[in-house]
Amino acid sequence: MITVQDIQNQTIAELFEQYPFLPGFFEENTLQVNGQIDEKLIDYLKFLDDEEEVENRAIDKDQLLLSMTTYISQMLEFLGEDEEDGVHSITILPGTNKSGEAEQFGELKISKSEIVCIVGPTGSGKSRLLGDIEWVAQNDTPTSRTILVNEEMGDKKWRVSSGHKLVAQLSQNMNFVMDLTVYEFLELHAQSRLVEDVEGVIAKIIEEANKLAGEKFELTTPITSLSGGQSRALMIADTAILSKSPIILIDEIENAGIDRKKALDLLIGEEKIVLMATHDPMLALMGDKRIVIKNGGIHKVIVTSDEERKLLVDLERMDAVVQNMRTRLRNGEIIKKEDIGF
Amino acid sequence: MNLVTVSGPPSSGKTAVILKTIDSLQKRGLEVGVVKFDCLYTDDDILYEKAGVKVKKGLSGSLCPDHYFVSNIEEVTQWGIKEGLDLLITESAGLCNRCSPYVKSITAVCVIDNLSGINTPKKIGPMLKSADIVVITKGDIVSQAEREVFASRVNQVNPGASIMHINGLTGQGAYELSTLLYDEKVEIKTLVGEKLRFSMPSALCSYCLGETRIGESYQMGNVRKIDMSDKKDEK
Repeated sequence: MITVQDIQNQTIAELFEQYPFLPGFFEENTLQVNGQIDEKLIDYLKFLDDEEEVENRAIDKDQLLLSMTTYISQMLEFLGEDEEDGVHSITILPGTNKSGEAEQFGELKISKSEIVCIVGPTGSGKSRLLGDIEWVAQNDTPTSRTILVNEEMGDKKWRVSSGHKLVAQLSQNMNFVMDLTVYEFLELHAQSRLVEDVEGVIAKIIEEANKLAGEKFELTTPITSLSGGQSRALMIADTAILSKSPIILIDEIENAGIDRKKALDLLIGEEKIVLMATHDPMLALMGDKRIVIKNGGIHKVIVTSDEERKLLVDLERMDAVVQNMRTRLRNGEIIKKEDIGF
Repeated sequence: MNLVTVSGPPSSGKTAVILKTIDSLQKRGLEVGVVKFDCLYTDDDILYEKAGVKVKKGLSGSLCPDHYFVSNIEEVTQWGIKEGLDLLITESAGLCNRCSPYVKSITAVCVIDNLSGINTPKKIGPMLKSADIVVITKGDIVSQAEREVFASRVNQVNPGASIMHINGLTGQGAYELSTLLYDEKVEIKTLVGEKLRFSMPSALCSYCLGETRIGESYQMGNVRKIDMSDKKDEK
């Protein structure tokens, strides 16, 4: 554990050298270094001994030093984690539904690269289930469920820290709100995740995103002018590759301008645990299992049978027909009865 | 009685977050009250009343809302005790970025939204930097990447805070927040003698006292000028 004493007598240059993520902290806390890079931290911060300066900048020296120390410790811990520490599985232990009746399943283990669909009417308790997973419930939420991580009692660090979010979410109504190009956007995200090979990661994301998107886009395209399909493709590729969260929750993927099968393949290829709320038969049958939610509880867990999987082939054929028509429409062609094909 | 101060920029979703959180607290059988501080107008008290919450509102009018808050917080606390509340929540809008409304021993929550832009954490002072819990709202309408970048920026200015993501519309995350706000072992009787975490923005100039005319000869007291010379700013 690093203490205030450890850092305050080092020069800023030494600190930046040792902790390459520290300039970001200075930047975000509006501390400009300029020519004072070789001063000791404690000397650099002397301007905060002036009461008027403290009032004007609204920065408290002790609090700042403490924050800096906490930040360095957090980042070192974050960087020190390797794959071995990662999440391999989560296990849901049953609780009760809204009427207090016990949920009817033994336990549900979901491993990396598995896809589990969540079905049930609006308001049936899908978000509560997700909430339980995100909060690593320990029999302390309204459903009394318990969530195990790697088959052990979950660490509470998942609950409130910014770098350790268990669940990343992709949903229908999400938009890009920043005014940046695709490149700038990915660079910003990569930097916030302390990625070393930023260029490599960006190249990989744009390549994968373009495999998913119906229409290709460039690194120089502003993110706000991407089409719906392109936006979703970029969000999925970015989340698959850059997000550290081991679980991805998808709230329907609209069937337009994006190859959904490839999107799921990408996510499971990146060893994510995929939870998907969907009522689209094609997506639901791509899942390994599906959780049926009723009255606030897990009503049952259905394993996708071989028979259902065979139907997937027909569904994919039907989907291909529609996709083909879409392409033909886009190209200004006329759609004929033969296009339907059955 | 427990006391929690909730603050955040206007329209960041404070009231929605508090209402959803109170819903969880009431299910545990806790009596919750709210005192809403605002500047010129609020009808949030009606929303609280509808939710079965005891509520008072205070409008600071022409005064600095922060100064108004701290001048009233003891009376507000006594009101909560008199009403027999288990938990009293004060809600106040941070109307300037220098806002500094937190009391040292009282749980402080800052509500800030994803739509406010990734440079916002840098611009907000003690209201964000000295909060115990930072609630980030409106995550359902921005991308996962933007949520992650925003949360990491918040973490950079306040690494010690618990960061929570709450959807003020569906209430997702509000139950979890509610577990952090009430501790039955805590018993607050008075705030007299307590201290603010950081000094409040100060000012006492002729304009504070109602001056409307422009010009140096009308300016008295605590007045400061922009440096309009050509040399570059040092800090």
